[in-house]
Amino acid sequence: MITFPILSLMTFLPLVGVLFILIIRGDAEISARNAKAIALWSSLFTFALSCVLLVNFDETKTGFQFVEMIDWFPAYGIKYHLGVDGISLFFVILSSFLTPICILSSWNVVQRRVKEYMMAFLVLETFMIGTFAALDSILFYVFFEGVLIPMFLIIGIWGGDRRIYSAFKFFLYTFLGSVLMLVAILTLYFQVGTTDIPTLMASPVATYMQYWLWLAFFASFAVKMPMWPVHTWLPDAHVEAPTAGSVILAGVLLKMGGYGFLRFSIPMFPDATLYFAPMVYWLSIIAIIYTSLVALSQQDMKKMIAYSSVAHMGFVTLGIFTLNVQGIEGGIFQMLSHGLISAALFLCVGVVYDRMHTRDINRYGGIVRNMPKYATVFMILLLGSVGLPGTSGFVGEFLALLGAYQVDPYLAILAGTGVVLGATYMLWLYKTVIFGPQVHADASGMSDLDWRETAMFVPIVVLVIALGVYPSLIMEKISPSVKQLVAQIEPYSVKEANLQMFTNIEPASGKFPPMPDVIKNDNDKMGMTKDK
Amino acid sequence: MENIVIATPEIFLALSGMLLLMLGVFKGDSYTKNLCWGTIAVFAFGVVLVFANRGLSGDTFFNMFHLDAFGTYLKVIILLGLIASLAMAIPYLRQEKMEHFEYPVLTLFAGLGMMMMVSSNNLLSLYVALELQALSLYVLATIHRFSMRSAEAGLKYFILGALSSGMLLFGASLIYGFTGTIHFSEIATFLSTPENVSEGVIIGLVFLLVGFAFKISAVPFHMWTPDVYEGSPTSVTALFVIVPKVAAMGLLIRVLFEMFGTIPDQWAQVLVILSVLSMAWGAFAALTQENIKRLMAYSSIGNMGYAMIGLIAGTEQGVSSTLIYMTLYMIMTAGVFSIVLCLRRNGIAIERISDMGGLVHTNPVIAYILVILMFSMTGLPPMAGFFGKLAVFNAAVSAEYYTLAVFGVLTSVVAAYYYLRIIKVVLFDQSIDEIDHTDLFVKKVIMIVCALIVVGLIAKPSLLFNTTDQASSILFEKL
Repeated sequence: MITFPILSLMTFLPLVGVLFILIIRGDAEISARNAKAIALWSSLFTFALSCVLLVNFDETKTGFQFVEMIDWFPAYGIKYHLGVDGISLFFVILSSFLTPICILSSWNVVQRRVKEYMMAFLVLETFMIGTFAALDSILFYVFFEGVLIPMFLIIGIWGGDRRIYSAFKFFLYTFLGSVLMLVAILTLYFQVGTTDIPTLMASPVATYMQYWLWLAFFASFAVKMPMWPVHTWLPDAHVEAPTAGSVILAGVLLKMGGYGFLRFSIPMFPDATLYFAPMVYWLSIIAIIYTSLVALSQQDMKKMIAYSSVAHMGFVTLGIFTLNVQGIEGGIFQMLSHGLISAALFLCVGVVYDRMHTRDINRYGGIVRNMPKYATVFMILLLGSVGLPGTSGFVGEFLALLGAYQVDPYLAILAGTGVVLGATYMLWLYKTVIFGPQVHADASGMSDLDWRETAMFVPIVVLVIALGVYPSLIMEKISPSVKQLVAQIEPYSVKEANLQMFTNIEPASGKFPPMPDVIKNDNDKMGMTKDK
Repeated sequence: MENIVIATPEIFLALSGMLLLMLGVFKGDSYTKNLCWGTIAVFAFGVVLVFANRGLSGDTFFNMFHLDAFGTYLKVIILLGLIASLAMAIPYLRQEKMEHFEYPVLTLFAGLGMMMMVSSNNLLSLYVALELQALSLYVLATIHRFSMRSAEAGLKYFILGALSSGMLLFGASLIYGFTGTIHFSEIATFLSTPENVSEGVIIGLVFLLVGFAFKISAVPFHMWTPDVYEGSPTSVTALFVIVPKVAAMGLLIRVLFEMFGTIPDQWAQVLVILSVLSMAWGAFAALTQENIKRLMAYSSIGNMGYAMIGLIAGTEQGVSSTLIYMTLYMIMTAGVFSIVLCLRRNGIAIERISDMGGLVHTNPVIAYILVILMFSMTGLPPMAGFFGKLAVFNAAVSAEYYTLAVFGVLTSVVAAYYYLRIIKVVLFDQSIDEIDHTDLFVKKVIMIVCALIVVGLIAKPSLLFNTTDQASSILFEKL
């Protein structure tokens, strides 16, 4: 076992890098180079630590490991509590894995305000790792919300033409969802008397409170995920963000929503989860089919991949809320695999964008002749995104569909059409960009991947194939925690929820429970009728 | 006399105020800078005296003056705010050619009034302290003698302030008439018998609250705020934003919990209305403001709405959360105004937000501090502003005011837009010209200290929370 506080070290190591970058002085060019080097090395070192974390993770245990607990805020009984279990472990690793790649991808592209750019990414890494490692809901909120600051700046400063609109939309959408979660966290604190996540997971609150709290958390995570119909910020943010920003956004930030469902919504509000699960199924199905159709009609590469992300996240929410082992494992696996694949697809777009400065699909064509390495990488990632067996994308989607089938075969069939649609637009994208005649002289003059770009793609491609061929590589570490989670919600009877779905297409209407007394009292206070 | 020791800071301030006034009269306007530093020294020594008295509590001057931990905490905060706002004003006075020796002296007397306010124990001393503070501030608003806007602002402030004082006094007289006493504690004892809570007392209470709502600029009694903040010289606006509201809120807390602590239901509903309206109007009306001073006026209206949430909760934790909120608000606005006072181009002060475009390219330190402060005012963790919001919403939730809490967080999202707009102008826009590089040192010190507190509070939030908890628990011992 490790004796030093490895999670804190991972969380705050990037901040040390920020401090170093802050004290760099001197000539602009040299300080920019130093800033890049510091950022790369501190993020690589963080990744090395995450490898240590992976090796030392004990998959035979179901609880939290590498736990650190310090009295942080005694006035409220809030602790600085970190730890990982099988669910959060790989999100921590994913965050630390993608950050160096992002820094590498911006190496030559970012010319303006390089120091600030590197600092923003390192701060972002701190918040990302902190979000997945936090075991106290206030601490979680601090990291979860903190992410908005660097991301807002990354989109706003280094983004495209409509960056300001997109940055504001991203910020306000996510902020609106999260503040409701803050009220819910405080309500939980008031109801249960603690903000400690493991304790909260073990002590479910009264059923009538669960519905409201579940909705408040849902507001936050559904926006972050993003689920239809609150996904509209995502295409804008993706299109305008710089390449590395899109990579982190698709690779890690979207996963915070799914992670939140697994960490908060399901274990803390089992009754409400069962009650609302059918609604989530339908939202997921709509997301899968509708956004796939929208993706079909896109001319902008980034927008197409952004919409495909929404569709893929539909599989995640579908899988998670099936509440059976296959479904949840599929959801987690799909998140991790999407974290790799969509991140790499955005990198692919970035590669050609850096050369041509356009994302218009029709401006490319036939580039397989001058960029064979690129075409190969793109092919593997694209097939992964489509869910071809042998890639990680297949495992996640298959498990999620398997889980959905157990709930209701129709769900699996409807979601399955999304897979077909996904293949349609992705293959069309590939056909137009990579194959076909070379009509544009500038496109056919592009150079192939250089060593730096190869260095960012190789680890991702290797992982996508390795996880596709041998999913147990990570599954055996994820499984115990998932099984425990399922065992925890088993008593709340999955069957009942299934029945509800057959009989009631729109569960959110009509059968909503009557207004609880506490809320009623509150309304009285707002009015004039409160008696002493 | 009785236990006069507990009033030493106030006595010291009063005596030095007279001394500095004499000095000013004899030496004239050219001596203003020295007087300013002298006043700052007086305030600093005042902090020392308040701190020396920190363990003491009791009444003096025939129970007109009351000292306890609550008052001590607020006095320290008020004095520190006064030091910051006066220190950042010194170069401004010279730049705007308004080095009148009355400026520091009036600030000092306003400060004395505020300290008396949070120590008042009696309707009479309450009124006298409030007026001492208010009259000094009316004059300060017009201190720019040849500016029409300044004169207009001062006049507006005076007329509306006088109106509110009138209402306050009317309420006080009603309360005296129906309870037969002017001492807070005696009124509280009288009102603890339910039969004694007559309509007259309730009407008096409402009038009193209206008076206070004017002072803290809660909607619908906020109309003066944007005009006065915009018209007054910026250094005076800084003073208005940073300090008097802390004192007024402190006095409001004292009145509500020491005088009317036994009938919380009677005033809580009034505060709910004030708070909801202030949060909503502060958020929506600020969206289209172009002038940074006007924007901060609306932001201050909104923030008073949040601060009141703690009082509505009516618990010890609630009062503590209001103190936290006010303290953090004061620190953030002190930082913001030290930046606003820095913004001059070719000798002319910048007040339009769009004129701050691309500040980051010319003055990165100032720009990033402004960004940090704006994120903090948005209530985004890990900045300190988040802990203020956390405290008040926690108080609201623990008193089961869920609707109020949800309303509060939703308006804070609306308010986020205009704070983000400032960030956008400063960070994302094209740069205009460089700002003047003169006399920035003191202001930079203030803004850096504020930024460090804002960023650093997360490391040990209990430092602030424990202090305010102690201060507020005093009020509940008597209940």
